[in-house]
Amino acid sequence: MIGYIIRRVLYAVPILIGVCLFTFVLFYLTTSPQDLARRNLSAKNPTPQQIKDWEHTHGYDQPKWKQFVRTTEGLFLFRFGKSDGVGGQRIITRIKQSWLPSFEIASLSFIASLLVNLTAALVIAYFRGTYFDSAATTLCVIMMSITYLLYIIVGQYTLGRLMRITPVGGYLPGWQSLHFIMLPVVVAVVAGFASDTRLYRTFILDEINQDYVRTARAKGISESRVLFIHVLKNAAVPVITNTVSAIPGLFLGSVLLENFFNIPGLGNYLVDAINNQDFAVVRANVFIGALVTIIGFIMTDVGYALADPRVRLE
Amino acid sequence: MYVLKSLLTISNALPVLVAATFIFALTRMKKQPLWAEAFRRIGRNKLAIVSLVVIAIYALIALTDSFAWQDNKDKPPVSLLMRVFAAAHVQRERTYSAPFAHYTTGEPHPHKLKGWHLLGTDGAGFDVLMQTLRGCHTAMIIGGFTSFLITPLALLFGMSAGYYGKLPDDIIQYIFTVVASVPSILLQIALLLVLGPGVINICIALGLTGWVGLCRLVRGETLKHRDREYVRAAKALGASNTRILTRHILPNLLPVVIISITLGFSGLVLSETILSYLGIGVPAGTGSWGNMIDGARLELARDPVIWWNLTSASMALFILVLALNFFGDALRDAIDPRLRSN
Repeated sequence: MIGYIIRRVLYAVPILIGVCLFTFVLFYLTTSPQDLARRNLSAKNPTPQQIKDWEHTHGYDQPKWKQFVRTTEGLFLFRFGKSDGVGGQRIITRIKQSWLPSFEIASLSFIASLLVNLTAALVIAYFRGTYFDSAATTLCVIMMSITYLLYIIVGQYTLGRLMRITPVGGYLPGWQSLHFIMLPVVVAVVAGFASDTRLYRTFILDEINQDYVRTARAKGISESRVLFIHVLKNAAVPVITNTVSAIPGLFLGSVLLENFFNIPGLGNYLVDAINNQDFAVVRANVFIGALVTIIGFIMTDVGYALADPRVRLE
Repeated sequence: MYVLKSLLTISNALPVLVAATFIFALTRMKKQPLWAEAFRRIGRNKLAIVSLVVIAIYALIALTDSFAWQDNKDKPPVSLLMRVFAAAHVQRERTYSAPFAHYTTGEPHPHKLKGWHLLGTDGAGFDVLMQTLRGCHTAMIIGGFTSFLITPLALLFGMSAGYYGKLPDDIIQYIFTVVASVPSILLQIALLLVLGPGVINICIALGLTGWVGLCRLVRGETLKHRDREYVRAAKALGASNTRILTRHILPNLLPVVIISITLGFSGLVLSETILSYLGIGVPAGTGSWGNMIDGARLELARDPVIWWNLTSASMALFILVLALNFFGDALRDAIDPRLRSN
């Protein structure tokens, strides 16, 4: 297994280089450094000398391949350099400040969603073939048809403004942060509820017709025990695949929720970068996003091996 | 005379062309047993028929908004939808007004409205019903054009990876692993930052991130079909690789591809609202539900609450996406009963 993990980590390197190349090419196909300098220099009409200086400090005056090697090397060593925006803040300081709120929201909503959705799916599967089942699946389709944005807006309006259970927005560090991330986590869980629950229900129903379930029932084990112990273990494998494929989706949640609820996380940093047309920051975010996703993919395969003794990692 | 001349533009010809191709494809498909059976099954499903009618109404509204012509040389082209509203004497007001209201809202001294507005007016005084209906056009373009971009890309890459294997497969798998490992929202942001705003650019950004899933699916299906007897028989008869791929394997992939595109369409329509929220969506002035919902953030904090903008845009979006989801599920069940969700 260790050999397998090492091989997967080594395979991640060319993929990350591919991601860097992709963003790099994208960047140079469309913008020239001169435009960028003009956009970001605070002086109204920058002199050619000022533009040259700006290009020099941000390294845009070197040959293209050298720039690519330099930025890629920087990204791999987590030396993200300075932002292209006014002031040229170091990207890594901002990332160090803002990773924690994002991590709190993402991990809490990830775990909470998994628990809630799996339980709901098991309950729906328990009542399979009844009116409750068809009502629940229809409700899932209805909930899937509502945009994430509306969940956020309505969530803030009802829980924050009308019922005053949670703060409307903002963030404080330390234990107090739990108070502030409650609303975003609730919104994330509700918004992601329908599609996952529906999917998990089909995974569970796929298992329910297997021979081992009939055997367990024939042995006289109660239906709920069959469902929650025997079936759940076997349905875990597709569930693991699906939860990991949801990791890139956490970034979307992070971008929308943090910006909307004014939480100083990575997602909010990214929205600032969009508004300032700050490509250096976007590039760093894309790299971190890809890194987290790849780590997630590797962890799934390890998770498989742990959940299913038949899976051998070769 | 000039009116007729201004009707003959590419932007007017395009929707006609799309509709004609669609109808042509449907009539061709009806002759094949597999699809005839699928259509029959959909016809028996009441929910699917209702959904289809709803989708058709949205498409029709989108069509009326895409035909535009000029009254004379100096005026900008006005679409059929806008002309209908102009004919009904729907005028621009000063600012917000509630549905059915007679006076404006949010002004210290409310003004009398010039006309009557079924869904009220927005901050710039435009009729909300008109703005909502104009959103259909954008939604349909984003869903349709993106699918149009995704399909050939995914088919080309997926089929060649699955059929040829070896080096082409390695290269294509590498490309789609690279694209898939960047969270799609980050990639869309990066693409839209460099491409700039615009409906077509949104389609390109959504297409470049969305083709991966379909490509993976097509590759897997092609792998399954590659070693079947009918492909081996075609090979033994001396058919070329291109002929096998286009005449033998492609028709067998179509059901899966069509199901996947129909189910993906609703996701694309929903993406528009998210991009609008992030400020990289449809430019202002184009009808867009995303921009309307995004604008409602501030309107809900006002007193009195401006709720009609948010409600109409999100209901319009919700009904379309719901119909698409129901129809997609019905289509999947009709084409391939093995894939049934229950």
